Amino acid sequence: MGTTSRTLDQDTRGQTDRASRSGPRASDRPRARDQVESSREAGGTGDSLANGLGWFSIGLGLAQIAAPRGMARLIGVTDDSRSAAIMRTVGMREIAAGIGILSQPHHRPGWLWGRVAGDIMDLALLGTVLSGNSMQRNRTVVATAAVLGVTALDVLCGQQLEQRSEGNGESSRAEGRRRSKSEVTANLTINRPPEEVYRFWRQLDNLPQFMQHLESVQVLDDRRSHWVARAPAGKRVEWDAVITQDRPNELIGWRSDEDAQVRNEGTVRFRPAPGGRGTEVSVTLRYDPPAGVLGAAISKLFLEEPTKQIPDDLRRFKQVMELGEVMLSDATVRPGPHPAQPDADLEQEVER
Amino acid sequence: MKATCWTGIKSIEVRDVPDPKILNKRDAIVRITSTAICGSDLHLYNGFVPTMEKGDILGHEFMGEVVEVGPAVKNLKVGDRVVVPFPIACGICAACQAEAYSLCENSNPNAWMAEKAWGHSPAGIFGYSHMLGGFAGGQAQYARVPFADVGPLKIENGLSDEQVLFLSDIFPTGYMGAEMCGIQRGQVIAVWGAGPVGQFAIASAILLGADRVIAIDRFPYRLDAARDKAGATDILNYEEVDSVSETLKEMTGGRGPDACIDAVGMEAHGHGPMYVYDRVKQAAKLESDRPIALREAIVSCRNGGVVSVIGVYGGFIDKFPAGSMMNRGLTIRTGQCHVQRYMKRLLEHIERGDIDPSFVITHRLPLSEAPRGYEMFVKKEDNCEKVVLTA
Repeated sequence: MGTTSRTLDQDTRGQTDRASRSGPRASDRPRARDQVESSREAGGTGDSLANGLGWFSIGLGLAQIAAPRGMARLIGVTDDSRSAAIMRTVGMREIAAGIGILSQPHHRPGWLWGRVAGDIMDLALLGTVLSGNSMQRNRTVVATAAVLGVTALDVLCGQQLEQRSEGNGESSRAEGRRRSKSEVTANLTINRPPEEVYRFWRQLDNLPQFMQHLESVQVLDDRRSHWVARAPAGKRVEWDAVITQDRPNELIGWRSDEDAQVRNEGTVRFRPAPGGRGTEVSVTLRYDPPAGVLGAAISKLFLEEPTKQIPDDLRRFKQVMELGEVMLSDATVRPGPHPAQPDADLEQEVER
Repeated sequence: MKATCWTGIKSIEVRDVPDPKILNKRDAIVRITSTAICGSDLHLYNGFVPTMEKGDILGHEFMGEVVEVGPAVKNLKVGDRVVVPFPIACGICAACQAEAYSLCENSNPNAWMAEKAWGHSPAGIFGYSHMLGGFAGGQAQYARVPFADVGPLKIENGLSDEQVLFLSDIFPTGYMGAEMCGIQRGQVIAVWGAGPVGQFAIASAILLGADRVIAIDRFPYRLDAARDKAGATDILNYEEVDSVSETLKEMTGGRGPDACIDAVGMEAHGHGPMYVYDRVKQAAKLESDRPIALREAIVSCRNGGVVSVIGVYGGFIDKFPAGSMMNRGLTIRTGQCHVQRYMKRLLEHIERGDIDPSFVITHRLPLSEAPRGYEMFVKKEDNCEKVVLTA
């Protein structure tokens, strides 16, 4: 049993995310995206340079912390306690930047620009040394030149990484997908055959039984339906949706109308679990929250604890399929944080 | 009704709370006659289990009389006397069908919290944090029992509450700990922790045919009970020896025990620099659990032996002896007990007189004195081994 979910705030992150997936999904993906993924998996432009700079940061930082006075002498500065303290501080910054760069499997430019900022700070420090009491001016000049060289490398690497992420963004737009801001996926195995699980979901007015934010889904015809969702502060959001794909016992896809307040689309896939263990269900939902105040409220509706909402809906779906109802506890019988105690105001949930 | 509530770290109060109601069609409401404080409740008391809310009702070892049943409960009727297993299990999902009830896939409505902490979620448990469901517990006058058609065991033979209450948790938990060792005739089993679960692990190892059972603890009264009541053949006070694993070698001709049971869990005690190390790391929140007993169990176990973990762990540990485990071919077996799997079998042992589980009880208090019960148990005052509360 596994439920996973992620929210992606950029298309570029969607790429990384999808790169780790495999299986039947791949056939549904456009080719352009696959190509981007393969180049990324092989380690793209800027990666090896970034790794090198990361390790350089850590090595330099360790030396600055372990032997601050020696390092001070090396760059021609008085090896007094004040220099040593500055040297240690700079060393800690170097180590933090190094760990930051190395800890990202697919390098993003952020930490590199952090390094560039550090370089500028170092150059400023060296500048004050040059204009003041340098013991050995020559050494300081050499050190300054070295830092300038590293700065150039940092800038170059940062630019390469920036270009790469922009490039990926373009390729995903080129593929014609809507600019979805957010995507959540959840997976779960349900101990019922695919036909039964598909049939229940395809009857869209069943969805509010387990999708907590839905108030109702009204089936208009074979493809069209009208959805009503609860929004914060007693508000409601309504939209029409159309079924875009329907492969019995395998897949259902749906999408809201273009003029919906919250444009959204979803796919649910069903496939038999190995060993007669029922059905593997995979749900992917994408939302495109609009701008403005209402947009913010609606985003909250859909995106509040995104790692929770969709997986929880799917888990409730499993309960409805396996148990015939949604399982309640004292903590979940009403919303909001509260102690696990019986609720005095609650109506008896089950009819006698 | 009155209920024992967690009101903060090291703070327990008996409060007036609303009576429980039927929420799902397979629920029953039980009027509780006897309930116990579990060693694992002390992890909640001491604040080592996350996702507790002030006011949470505690307790997962309880029994009583059915006073109301949901429309889908056909096997129980009002007036039936039942013992309630601590894991909440639907009986329908793949895990339940494999009798792995503590891994029920449908009983934790807050599964997302457990998934964040542990990757996947186990079953819900009564009165044991919100990440394990947020269910009100059984140290109260009444409790709502979900899946009442699967969990509760009917008691119809006139056995007393004290003889059958521990079928709810600690007897099956100790039994599963021993069963996971795969005990064969002639084997030597070592049990870390002579608390209530350890006592039942010892008694069960004997029931399952172990030749020798070595009880390890630091409290003489617990070691005495292990020898005199549970049936341990040897006792080992770890505070009186330099090295537990060296002492176990001496006791086993250098082999080490054939299987080692960790009935201690995340708040282990010990001595020496490693113990200080774990206390400091845990206090600084750099490790969540103190694995002193688990490390010793692994290092002490004979080559190719079994380490059976029934003490409760919650998070992450340090200095795990992975090399010792892998190179010496150890088998690690673990789990919250699948109580529903063992209840009937163990009730038969009680009926036949093979064991009287009430031997672990040292204190009996009314429910209203639950806070004092917790304090005595956590401080091991007055040779406290097991506190039973009567409602």
